Amino acid sequence: MESALIPPAKAFFLGIPTAVFSLLIPIIGVAVFTYIIALRLAPLIKAAPDNRFNHIPQRVYNLLKIWLIQYRQPRYMLAGVLHIMIFFGFLTLSIRSISLVVIGLAPDFVVPGFGGIIGDIYNILKDYAATMVLTACILAAYRRGILKPARYAVPAKYGHDHTAEAVFVLGLISTLMISESLFESSFVAAELQKGLHADFLAPLALPWIFKVLLSYLSVDSLQTIHLISYYVHDLTFFFFLCFLPLGKHFHVITSVFNVFFMRTQQGNIKPVRHGVADDKLDDLDSFGVKKLEDFTWKHLLDFYTCADCGRCSDQCPANAVGRPLSPRFISIKARDLIFKNYPIYPYGAKFLKSEPLIGDIYEEDEIWSCTTCGACEQECPLGIEYIDKIVDLRRGMVDEGMVPQSLQKPMRALEKRGNPWGKMEKKRSDWTKELADECPVKILDKKESAEILYFVDSISSYDDRMQDIARSTAKILSSAGADFGILGKAEKDSGNEIRRFGEEMLFQDIKDQNIEAILSSGVKKIVTADPHALNALNNDYNNKLLPKVEHISQFILKSIKSNTINLKTVNDESRIYTYHDPCYLGRHNGIYDDPREVLDAIPGLTRIEMLKSKDRSFCCGGGGLMLFYEPEEDQRMGVLRVEMAKEAGANVIITACPFCLVNIEDAIKVAGLEGEMEALDLVELVQQHLI
Amino acid sequence: MEILVCVKRVPDTAENEIEVKSDGTDIERDDLVYSVNEWDNYAVEEAIQIRDNVGSGSVTVISVGDEESEEILRREMAMGADNGILLSDDAFEGSDGKGLATILKAEIEKGKYDLILTGAQADDGAAQVGGMLAAMLDIPYASLVNYLEVIDDKKLKVGREIEGGNQEMNEIDLPCVLSIQTGINEPRYVGIRGIRKVASVEIPVHAASDLGIAADAIGQANAKVKRVDYFVPDLGEGAEMLEGDTEEIVNKLIELLKAKGGLK
Repeated sequence: MESALIPPAKAFFLGIPTAVFSLLIPIIGVAVFTYIIALRLAPLIKAAPDNRFNHIPQRVYNLLKIWLIQYRQPRYMLAGVLHIMIFFGFLTLSIRSISLVVIGLAPDFVVPGFGGIIGDIYNILKDYAATMVLTACILAAYRRGILKPARYAVPAKYGHDHTAEAVFVLGLISTLMISESLFESSFVAAELQKGLHADFLAPLALPWIFKVLLSYLSVDSLQTIHLISYYVHDLTFFFFLCFLPLGKHFHVITSVFNVFFMRTQQGNIKPVRHGVADDKLDDLDSFGVKKLEDFTWKHLLDFYTCADCGRCSDQCPANAVGRPLSPRFISIKARDLIFKNYPIYPYGAKFLKSEPLIGDIYEEDEIWSCTTCGACEQECPLGIEYIDKIVDLRRGMVDEGMVPQSLQKPMRALEKRGNPWGKMEKKRSDWTKELADECPVKILDKKESAEILYFVDSISSYDDRMQDIARSTAKILSSAGADFGILGKAEKDSGNEIRRFGEEMLFQDIKDQNIEAILSSGVKKIVTADPHALNALNNDYNNKLLPKVEHISQFILKSIKSNTINLKTVNDESRIYTYHDPCYLGRHNGIYDDPREVLDAIPGLTRIEMLKSKDRSFCCGGGGLMLFYEPEEDQRMGVLRVEMAKEAGANVIITACPFCLVNIEDAIKVAGLEGEMEALDLVELVQQHLI
Repeated sequence: MEILVCVKRVPDTAENEIEVKSDGTDIERDDLVYSVNEWDNYAVEEAIQIRDNVGSGSVTVISVGDEESEEILRREMAMGADNGILLSDDAFEGSDGKGLATILKAEIEKGKYDLILTGAQADDGAAQVGGMLAAMLDIPYASLVNYLEVIDDKKLKVGREIEGGNQEMNEIDLPCVLSIQTGINEPRYVGIRGIRKVASVEIPVHAASDLGIAADAIGQANAKVKRVDYFVPDLGEGAEMLEGDTEEIVNKLIELLKAKGGLK
């Protein structure tokens, strides 16, 4: 068949057949890419084991939802939509790009299956895809380079700004789009000039626009453009491929794996070492992460995958109050270290010896600053994990004795007395004394038994103010006719934060004591008003004999629905209520609606939502041992939270966690909003409205 | 540098409610939890840091007490002390400060130590053993040390805080005894795992006969300082115990402060 232009496979340049370039560029490109990837895999092979081949259906679901559908992207609308445009454009154009490489050698090559109508439809789709990608790139470059959203800024202590790399890559992508379109449109323009059959170009798409612009050029000029655009595309394509693993655009390659292997369970903490049972922990030489290769391979893959989008740090409460922690840089600093320790240039360079991470790339306070609220992980569009890494680093610090003095005392007290204040065990049930006449609380032991265990946990047992939560809970249980009791002095701290602060062996001890006490009490159900206890028992204790723990808000809702609890009209109709989601109830255990439904069941109660609510709830400052930690910070998280409630127009903050209540009540005082703003636990409010 | 640190097992003041027995012979010891005396813990941390900085020598922790004291020796060894020695004998019971110093001196003279550290005081003690021990060993003594720097193998530079937050620096010849003040360093954390790692390390127990101590120098019978009574002082004039829950107490205190002009 006659053709208007000589294809790259048959052309000559300075007497050399250009097919030589068509062959050499892919061979060199693939060879360099393979070499780089092999070196990138080296640290993953040396890393700690990780069990990520379980829960396959869940993983496939995550892959479809978070990777393919890009479900989390629109949480940041503009950036998300731009990313979706580029992502789907890339997926669509990948077939075209591969076929273009082959066309350089075999001009009539057609991807199998793309010969007939499918090929025609695809050609139209890919023309629009290229146009969409180019448009998104221009908008994204304008946004990154001119608008400069604050969350991309790099504070001086974390090194240089990343804007140049971002804009450079947008330039590469644009070059790919433009060269691909020029290659095609120059051919169509030439065919039209020669009056031959010309392919249909999607109207108003990039190749169509170029075709119109090029229609005035001579066939010779079109021939030059045709060949140059082909090799510009070919070179850019393979350069881009090899450039990806050198920086934040590695995610283009790793994201599909990273999302597939992402966390599938909520609320739990990884074992000290995958494959080592709890009772074999004593045999381990070292605990936690001390150097780079102590991270699991998935955690190293996380570092590669971070796209530097800054959403984690934008949501991080520690970062918001000026603590020395920015989750984004936990990843970026580690990635920079991997790149430094496993150099790809010069060829054959030795791997560097791993130094302790603390003091090298991380600071102690940075790692202690995390409240494990989970906002970062909830946000990450790539399924990067932070809590397990922070806990692993803390395990390493605990093992080396690097624990701030402010935390050492409560940890010792937990070891000796089972509560962080070092209060006496026998006083654990003192809060019940006031209730002796109204609603006596059974202490479950050899003599007493009950159907339901109320697991109180330390703060509601010992703290003067939080004992009100325990008493309200007992009254609600009693008013619903529940047969319940508490463990009294046999109960120890649930250990949620002991584990999250890296003291694994103490957690194991305390866990064993609690499990034994609960099992020997013979209860059928467990209820708690403390989400940290709920989380530890349900997600960390891993004991199949333990009944599943229910949060009191779930119990109340069921009781309301079955009419065992009835609530009267709200005491003060003029007040505006807002519900603050505790991290360990909401994000870590998915209980968002039950407490809201309970509030809505109080007739006449006006409830509004804060801007940050449900899975974007803002941590109050952290619970458990975090109450004892003395962070460097500009202000308290609780104060920011109280201000958010005020901004929303609320004057009562209802929460469902004693630690939230401590922090928010303190914050109301610090913010000078006493009298204007009030904080209450859900159980207190419900108890006030019991009929 | 060979360093010896004297440590003591005491009721943990942070985790106990100390109550005096009605007969005044002792405090209520049911339900008490014990730990290493806080000052001693700083002394051990300092010894470990000196050893690590100098790059040679060892740290030995020593305690006079019953077999329960082994627990705190292990904790200090988990911190990084190389050796532990327990001095235990029924004959030691009830010794006064001088008696304890006599027991320690006997053990110390069996070894060769360049530096002996004690806590500035014990939670249940009277801050007297360190000084007496130095005098008995006839070596120099500096108390309340909150800064320590090794000059060479013959001399140390030690500091203590004086009135008004000022600092006094002294040079002291080795060997010597120092009593260590809290705040000199930040003691490292000892987790359960650390303690388990040293759980099977042998800790020698030395009795009076091993030490060659004359029976008439130690024990309750030979104490020259005898405890006569424990009691809660009567409320003096102007003293008042505020009662109620925390909020009530705070409110009363604020009222009082306002009434007396302490708060405006």
